[in-house]
Amino acid sequence: MSRSRTDIVLVWSLRGCAALAGAIVLLIVVFLVLESLPALQHVGLARFFTDASWQPSEGLYNLTPMLWGTLFAMAGAVLVATPLGVLSAMFCHYYAAPVVARFYRRLIELLAGIPSVVYGLWGLVVLVPLIGSLHPPGPSLLAGIAILTIMILPTIALMADAALANVPAHYLRGASALGLSRWATIRGVVFPAAKSGLFTGVILETGRAIGETMAVLMVCGNVVQTPANVFEPIRTLTANIALEMAYALGDHRAALFVSGLVLMAVIVVLVAGAERISKGRVYG
Amino acid sequence: MKRLWIRLAFTLFLLAGCSEDSAQDKLVLTGSSTIAPLVSEIGKRFEALHPDVRVDVQTGGSSRGIADARQGLADIGMASRALKESEGDLLAFTIARDGVGLIVHKDNPVIELSDAQVVAIYTGKIVNWKDMGGNDAPITVVNKAEGRSTLELFLDYFKLKNTVVKAQVIIGDNEQGIKTVAGNPNTIGYVSIGTAEYDASHGVAVKLLPVDGVAASTENVRNGSFPLSRPLNLVTKTEPQGLAKDFIAFARSTAAEAIVKKQYFVPITH
Repeated sequence: MSRSRTDIVLVWSLRGCAALAGAIVLLIVVFLVLESLPALQHVGLARFFTDASWQPSEGLYNLTPMLWGTLFAMAGAVLVATPLGVLSAMFCHYYAAPVVARFYRRLIELLAGIPSVVYGLWGLVVLVPLIGSLHPPGPSLLAGIAILTIMILPTIALMADAALANVPAHYLRGASALGLSRWATIRGVVFPAAKSGLFTGVILETGRAIGETMAVLMVCGNVVQTPANVFEPIRTLTANIALEMAYALGDHRAALFVSGLVLMAVIVVLVAGAERISKGRVYG
Repeated sequence: MKRLWIRLAFTLFLLAGCSEDSAQDKLVLTGSSTIAPLVSEIGKRFEALHPDVRVDVQTGGSSRGIADARQGLADIGMASRALKESEGDLLAFTIARDGVGLIVHKDNPVIELSDAQVVAIYTGKIVNWKDMGGNDAPITVVNKAEGRSTLELFLDYFKLKNTVVKAQVIIGDNEQGIKTVAGNPNTIGYVSIGTAEYDASHGVAVKLLPVDGVAASTENVRNGSFPLSRPLNLVTKTEPQGLAKDFIAFARSTAAEAIVKKQYFVPITH
């Protein structure tokens, strides 16, 4: 009797926590919609994608270049960081001596703990002048991709590490009993078994890359344009909000909330896409 | 902590629908969004000194500040410019000055730019420093993000529209601008003079360029000779009385100087 009562309490408190977490997400969406309503009513959703440029003081609100900026920076960083992260986890598990592996893992964890503004400052005073000497002006999509890559690398490296650690030991024993080489084991046994864990890592790093603001704001140059090459400056949606929110009024302010709404939509599309690809077992 | 409790109690008071609120003295200021953040901060300090006073600050542009002061909709208007001749019926009290300085890297051999050259650089007609006697290197133009008062003053002085400015970098706050210029020898940017002067004198690799032959310094902004500057005015219809008089006196006193400097404006006091 007392046992079932404990169960009931547990179930209801868990339901409460889950409801709270869900409600927070819903409240954020409702808040974003409410705050962006004035702009959606005065300007209309279509003009956020068809206007000539982004000049809020002159009533022009095109978000498309910033959407591209966000997607390019994110895609570039994910494409570079994912192989690096997975290879680093592979090295850690199957190639490095245990002492080296332990030290290396601590190092990656340390990397994950560095605040983004530190990366941004380093990017601004070291990386940007370096890129500028190669190909002016310096603040560019490339700088943004480089900084984001360093920032999301620990996320994917640690997630891949955990995914590889979860591969059942008898799989590996079975593989060595069959006389498979180390690489054949990794390719044929470990990767298929760790696939969903690796995929979760990619989703998490992508989310981090999209949401990053300060570091990107400091190194990307923030010019509103669709970049023709990686040396051109870009502005991301997050940087747009951070740059202009402090002084924005009226429709301009509401338009920045529309930026947030578009960002939210991008993330929804990404997660939905990921769910589809993995047939609903992203976090499985 | 005590202050918090008082605020909390006060909020509950209001929520309870109590009419005690009307017993409070309220000072309404409207106008320029450049001055509003400064006046809000001064207002908070003023409220701390006068616990029964509330300072209400609303934005809407200098024109609204002038109109509201004239019609009596606000106790004090805020205008980030000098009064025009047609506004001779109003009184203006300068609480600070706003100055913008052009900055380049310390190693840049260019020591002066004419107004026309600055316009040509910012509209993308001059793209290399060698045209102004500098190194053979492309110019990196740094502009400010939309909504900043420095941007407004800069565009206003050079008679530019933000749509025609061709920038390679857009920055938010002044410090970011200074770090960008200090990190790249071929950049040109503009920031609040107070920040630039402080950083340049503390070893940061930037230098201020004169505008129209006048050296960019807080001293020249204060005495009004530097052209790329403007007064931040509190405007009243009649000689201020009571609370408005106290507030204006406080905003112009040395007590408010630290707040003025913190917002990168130039105090009028010494």
